[in-house]
Amino acid sequence: MSRIHVTTTINNDETDYLCETDETLLDVLRDHLDLTGSKEGCGSGDCGACTVVVDGRLVCSCLMLAAEAEGRTIETIEGMAGGDALHPLQQKFLEHAALQCGICTPGILVAAKNLLERNPNPSEEEVRYWLAGNLCRCTGYDKIIRAVMDTAANTRGAA
Amino acid sequence: MRFETPTSVDQAVALLAADPEARVLAGGTDLLVRLRAGQVAPSVIIDIKRISEMTVISQEDGGWRIGAAVPSAEMNEHAALKADWPGVVEAADLIGSTQIQGRATLAGNLCNASPAADSVPAMVVAGALARIAGPNGTRDVAVQDIPSGVGKTSLGKGELVTSIYLPPKPAHSGDAYLRFIPRSEMDIAVVGCGVAVALDDQGKISAARVALGAVAPTVILSQSCADTLIGTTGDDAALDALAAAATAEAKPIDDKRGTIAFRKDVAGVLAKRAAKIAIARAKGEA
Ligand SMILES: Cc1cc2nc3c(=O)[nH]c(=O)nc-3n(C[C@H](O)[C@H](O)[C@H](O)COP(=O)(O)OP(=O)(O)OC[C@H]3O[C@@H](n4cnc5c(N)ncnc54)[C@H](O)[C@@H]3O)c2cc1C
Ligand code: FES
Ligand code: FES
Repeated sequence: MSRIHVTTTINNDETDYLCETDETLLDVLRDHLDLTGSKEGCGSGDCGACTVVVDGRLVCSCLMLAAEAEGRTIETIEGMAGGDALHPLQQKFLEHAALQCGICTPGILVAAKNLLERNPNPSEEEVRYWLAGNLCRCTGYDKIIRAVMDTAANTRGAA
Repeated sequence: MRFETPTSVDQAVALLAADPEARVLAGGTDLLVRLRAGQVAPSVIIDIKRISEMTVISQEDGGWRIGAAVPSAEMNEHAALKADWPGVVEAADLIGSTQIQGRATLAGNLCNASPAADSVPAMVVAGALARIAGPNGTRDVAVQDIPSGVGKTSLGKGELVTSIYLPPKPAHSGDAYLRFIPRSEMDIAVVGCGVAVALDDQGKISAARVALGAVAPTVILSQSCADTLIGTTGDDAALDALAAAATAEAKPIDDKRGTIAFRKDVAGVLAKRAAKIAIARAKGEA
């Protein structure tokens, strides 16, 4: 069976790949493109470890076929830091110790960044609901929420 | 398995009609889970997201047409749609997480035909119509007539839903949808209930629709529940009668998420609460 040729933009780079029909975007990111920051926690949309942004919207890359990405613009965790300079959210996650094992962290950072781009001044409740699809086995969530709130406050202060 | 990206409804119908093992892909939040679990093995997947008319929300004859490829996140960002049918938009907003809402569609929620589909009771009480395209042309069908059993629809060979139509919001009307889940987010409804009401000039309920989800193989649109409200002001006596009628109408199963007795009771509680919200909205108070 012939593979599907897909041209897409990933973290501002035009990228193309060949995929099987049944491969997910997550499979291609991790196994073909060496973008292993996105994690597979559940493979069923429940944990958010595979979160990426497609045309500005958060999606679970485990629930999107790689073939669907044709012509789309994709952002992954690998595009978050500017070279060696961490994104403010990444910096705040370190300061607040908002991660332990780190498996959930890429998905949570991508989701939190998308929230702050849409809403620079979210309430704690809004942050908690926005991140409800990102499960964390380790931290108990509190430090994550505080890191996101602190980043938002800081960014507003700087603007 | 092939992957097709038709750019017109006619192309999608032709592809679907040509192959009984073909499957429509909208947001994929049900289909991909089933594919990955090996529960379905379609010969061809037909991605409808490249059909431009199916990707838009548009005003039509005072109501709203929501394309079958529109994700629920987009509905939630649409202020005018939300102002007219807050219950429908809130129900769609309950589907999964932010990530799931970036992809999940109303039509997919309907065609997946889960008894617990959250948007379905809300669409039913709104009087929503599904527009269906197929080899014999186009027809409009009431949303409650689409699910025909658990995981089954009344769609014929080669047919797909191209959009959902929400009719013009009647004067002095309001809708609401509530569900019960054991968690606060990310769970499947144990019971769901949609209520829509319209008030007359005296503030009495002149029209009502009540629908129950997750308490039967398919959504229940209950006339006996509606009758408890019509002609009343939605006072406590009417709401108690509504709760009793909803409990009586619910025909749930026992499973790990709830017993029959619990679900019947919760159906009554939710009907009452949803009715209060719908009435307050109809009065312009909420
Ligand atoms: C983590 C998670 C949480 C979830 N939480 C909820 C929840 O809280 N409430 C809830 O109700 N659901 C929930 N769901 C289920 C799912 O997200 C919804 O049912 C969603 O609305 C499906 O829409 P979709 O566009 O993704 O459908 P798809 O997966 O694309 O399609 C679903 C089915 O319908 C068919 N289909 C799709 N579109 C059409 C069409 N236009 N015409 C004909 N057939 C069509 C497909 O072939 C497939 O069989 C959840 C799913 C996940 C993974
Ligand atoms: S791996 Fe995609 S949501 Fe868990
Ligand atoms: S840090 Fe381990 S899962 Fe979140």
